Amino acid sequence: MANPILQVENLVKRYGDVEAVRGVSFSVEEGEVFGLLGPNGAGKTSTIEVLEGLRVADGGRATVCGLDPQKNPNELKNEIGATLQATSLPDKLRVGEAIHLFAGFYKRRRNTDELLKRFGLEEKRHAFYNQLSGGQKQRLALAMALINDPRVLFLDEPTAGLDPQVRREIYGIIEELKREKKTIVLTTHYIEEAEKLCDRVAIIDHGKLIASGTPRELKQRSGDTTRVEVRLAQPAAKESLKQLDGVTDALEVDGSYVLHCQRTAPAIVALVKHLEAQNNELVSLEIATPSLEDVFIELTGRRLRD
Amino acid sequence: MRTILTLAGIRIRITLRNKAFLFFSLIMPMAIFFLYGSVFAKGKPEAVAYLMGPILSFTVMGTFWGLSMQLVTWREQGILRRFRLAPIAPSSMIFSSILANYFLILPTVIIELFLARFIYHVTAFGNLITIFVLVILGITAFGAMGLVIASVTNTMQETQIINQLLWFALIFLSGATVPLAALPNAVQRIGLFLPATYFVYGLQRAMLANAHWYDLGTVVVSLVAWAALAAFISSQLFRWEPEAKLPRNAKLWAVATILPFVLLGIWENHNGKLLSTAAYMMNGRPTENAPPADNR
Repeated sequence: MANPILQVENLVKRYGDVEAVRGVSFSVEEGEVFGLLGPNGAGKTSTIEVLEGLRVADGGRATVCGLDPQKNPNELKNEIGATLQATSLPDKLRVGEAIHLFAGFYKRRRNTDELLKRFGLEEKRHAFYNQLSGGQKQRLALAMALINDPRVLFLDEPTAGLDPQVRREIYGIIEELKREKKTIVLTTHYIEEAEKLCDRVAIIDHGKLIASGTPRELKQRSGDTTRVEVRLAQPAAKESLKQLDGVTDALEVDGSYVLHCQRTAPAIVALVKHLEAQNNELVSLEIATPSLEDVFIELTGRRLRD
Repeated sequence: MRTILTLAGIRIRITLRNKAFLFFSLIMPMAIFFLYGSVFAKGKPEAVAYLMGPILSFTVMGTFWGLSMQLVTWREQGILRRFRLAPIAPSSMIFSSILANYFLILPTVIIELFLARFIYHVTAFGNLITIFVLVILGITAFGAMGLVIASVTNTMQETQIINQLLWFALIFLSGATVPLAALPNAVQRIGLFLPATYFVYGLQRAMLANAHWYDLGTVVVSLVAWAALAAFISSQLFRWEPEAKLPRNAKLWAVATILPFVLLGIWENHNGKLLSTAAYMMNGRPTENAPPADNR
């Protein structure tokens, strides 16, 4: 990578005896949207909070905009913007006041009226923080994160807990920022979010980075196979499913069987014949093109939402 | 400086929108004012003047309560965490809280002085400059004490318990409720270790004996030293997040803030004349007979 704006090398973060981040390394180029994808408790937030200067790393090295988050916290804070997993402001603070207040803390700042307009908060300018909906609060958090025109924007689970419509709204905003070539590091446990928004994705599990690349590169790990997920009336031997015509791999996940098929039609025909021979029955069958979820299942043997 | 002013401004606005603040910072002090003025002093101007020291002390000392509760609430709710993402130093959070409190408490003090003049016809307010110097120092010192409490407590409940204990000690052992001279001798001796005792005493000396602030050297110096020490320690122990670990000796540091008054209490118990002056002020109203200012 030519000139990364963010670099992480062997990052370690512990909480007592628990090692939340275990030697994570990655770098992000300017103008890139980089996603940290993993289940809850994987170490995504700990990683991002070290980079924001909110937590002290126990090992490794990190630089953001050429600055060490621990050695130059104030310089760094002028260069970055961030939304936290749970942002909170005083209940009786008005939307317009919040934006003006935070603008006052930075050397470089954007026009607050424009930001309110852009995030659809103009009409809520005089509303108290506790009168806002979840989506409006998240839009305000994003507006506040952009107040200093940051070089790097950290978004920690930007759509967690929001309903699908609001989630799509937030996607729209992030896509707009992406078009403006803003460097964004986001954490998520939503597959579609990572696939839709990120130029590159790092999959994190149990504090370790287990794979990284563009969503397409990661999906190619599944060998461009089609995923056939079946539920059976009785358990079947995984090894026998693997031997079926057209099937390259078979996994057992949550009582279902996930078959990776290079040729889908012959594989399904072979499966049905096999079940008949075994006196077993097909309860359900679902065909899907490979997704990051499959990559995660392949790498960890678990679903992302587990 | 701009950050401190910005934060102080927003704290004032948020606090004024809080109904609990209106109750504790205006309605309660007014209730105490009228209780003291009409019931204890029976509306007599000299008696009201004598009780103005305790009345103003109640208003000013309560500052620690609001500050500690607000800081702990903001920390518990993750509000401080959001502030931490911006380039703000803990000292800015601390000084902006104290600055905001000047603007929140001073109007009540002024209203109380006005009401004393126009309702109870108090004409002699002694040295008003000294009264305001002491009030400013008191807001700073008791506010800083609130910030130290917030630094070492983790939850609202814990903060409330500590505040209650300190509040009762401050108001009952200092002469703010029962005049110091009327308390049993042993309690008077304990009271000499409390900042509130010197604060009430200083205000009464200013009010009744027309003392200049520089005549109250010991009171002023000890309040300044206490305020500086408490502000410094609270900036060192400041925590943005509930999960942030307290240094092992944090509670010792917090207790160390009372050092100026421990030393002063020892000295005053052995050599001081505060108790005899307090007795003069109580028995000799009006207090022309009070001992001459002795830089205390």
